[in-house]
Amino acid sequence: MSEPTTWALRVAAVSKTFRPFRWPWQANAPVQDGVRHDTAEGRSGPVCALDKVSLQVRRGEIFGVLGPNGSGKSTLIRVIATLVLPDSGSVEVLGLDLARHELEIRRLINRVSVEASFFKKLSPLENLLFGARLYGLPANRARQEALGILRRLGLREASLWQPMEQMSRGMQQKVAIARALLTAPVLLLLDEPTTGLDPRSKREVQGLVEALRRDHHATVILTTHDMLEADALCDRVAIIDAGRIVAEGTPAELKQRVASTTGGSPPTLEDVFLALTGHSLQSADEAASEDAVESSDVVLAP
Amino acid sequence: MWSWRHETRAAYAFVERNVHLVKRYWGWEVVWLIYSIANALSVTFIGAGMERISGQRVDTQHLILYLLTGTLVWGYLSVVFTLVSETIQWERWEGTIEYTLMAPISRFTHLVGTTLFSLLYGFLQTAVILAAVAACFHLDLSGANLLGAAGVLLAASLSFSALGMVGAVLPLLYPEKGVQVVQVIQSLLLVISGVYYPVDVLPRALCWLSQFSPATYVLQGMRAALLDGAPLRQLWPCILALLLLGMLLMPLGVWLFGKAERYARRTGRLKRDG
Repeated sequence: MSEPTTWALRVAAVSKTFRPFRWPWQANAPVQDGVRHDTAEGRSGPVCALDKVSLQVRRGEIFGVLGPNGSGKSTLIRVIATLVLPDSGSVEVLGLDLARHELEIRRLINRVSVEASFFKKLSPLENLLFGARLYGLPANRARQEALGILRRLGLREASLWQPMEQMSRGMQQKVAIARALLTAPVLLLLDEPTTGLDPRSKREVQGLVEALRRDHHATVILTTHDMLEADALCDRVAIIDAGRIVAEGTPAELKQRVASTTGGSPPTLEDVFLALTGHSLQSADEAASEDAVESSDVVLAP
Repeated sequence: MWSWRHETRAAYAFVERNVHLVKRYWGWEVVWLIYSIANALSVTFIGAGMERISGQRVDTQHLILYLLTGTLVWGYLSVVFTLVSETIQWERWEGTIEYTLMAPISRFTHLVGTTLFSLLYGFLQTAVILAAVAACFHLDLSGANLLGAAGVLLAASLSFSALGMVGAVLPLLYPEKGVQVVQVIQSLLLVISGVYYPVDVLPRALCWLSQFSPATYVLQGMRAALLDGAPLRQLWPCILALLLLGMLLMPLGVWLFGKAERYARRTGRLKRDG
């Protein structure tokens, strides 16, 4: 029996494998005349993005999902956001099953991704009004609330009507969070919202995430590979590596688990990651980058 | 309570957003309009030069209007078809596709919103081209049934939009080359629909195929209205054929799009590329 008043999100044994598309004639012809006839798609095999991932998030919590690039964080967010269909497992948002109540769940959630998903030629206000209409807000109310939120975020009056492309990335990311706030989501999915931002913009966005919980009582799922950020913002965190959740708990609990391995110095979440996965976050990121380069390095037939 | 009012509001969101985009890209819109007018003129000048080309006497005014009708219909079809079918590619390029597709609206509403804008835009552009070419050739449209022609074009909008939805499936399934395939479909329609010639000059197989293209009927109806000033009662067979094709194609377009979206979500193809 689900407890919608307690759990904002329940993910149970969700798996997802991406298989590259192959034409029927590609499947059985990898070698011809001693030469590999590969394409970029044909060479890479299936990729297991999520492997029986389970987690539960309480209402009002900021829950961090930590992992290196390619660990499955964004796929998990996309599954919850109804953008990727899982192969197996189930997802419940406030007691609603994702497979059966997709549209209802879309009304309860919003997502801020690592790339600012805007029409860059449109102004922040125009982008926000578009989003507000999609979520059923009447135009006048949407306009008033959008203006209010954007001003609270510190946007100069003139920039409200200027194309988004003239704004810094940090400011664009704040507008993205404003757009999400406008729809008053019960569950907010923040997919690496501070990646690539300068330190000042990063701090501003982090402050905004803290204000989200304080002022809007939203439940937040925050994916990041910034361990300090997770430590500062999250009530609980799950560490994901190669599509699997390898640990889950409060930052303090996780650090406690590896305290004996740090030789007396206070453990960090980076130490937790190293102890539980056997490799550092940085090296995992580098390995993911190398994989990406290799997969584009194809051998062509003469 | 979520209601039709929310869905209407959401459909209008796409119209409003695209109007804002047109305003922001106004310079390119002017360039595109000049191109479209030049294109229409280059086709209609064939009519003006036909006596010299063939060395025979021809009814030049009739031929110009015949070709102009073709170029207007083709321009309208292209605008509607392209705007609807490229909506996915455009959003993918802007990086907004995931945001739009996870919005709490039915896909029908999404597609209707996109279609409504394309119809408004197409109508406006067609009217401007007609006015420009008519002024250039001093065409006498006093005997033309302009209202009837607009009615035929309106009736055709349903099936043109539905074809656009079918076309939109391709960029969804094939992010890299889908748009090019849409252009191939468009060019096939150009061949079989008799845009610049009567369909009965086509080889038998192509002539048979022409009856399944909505463009065939809109061209017949438009030419009857503009060239012969045919009254509404004579245009009804074309209008009925267009409405019937539209009613068949529209559910097919929405259904196909839904299937393709599900496939894209299963295979992770919604994600932005480039």
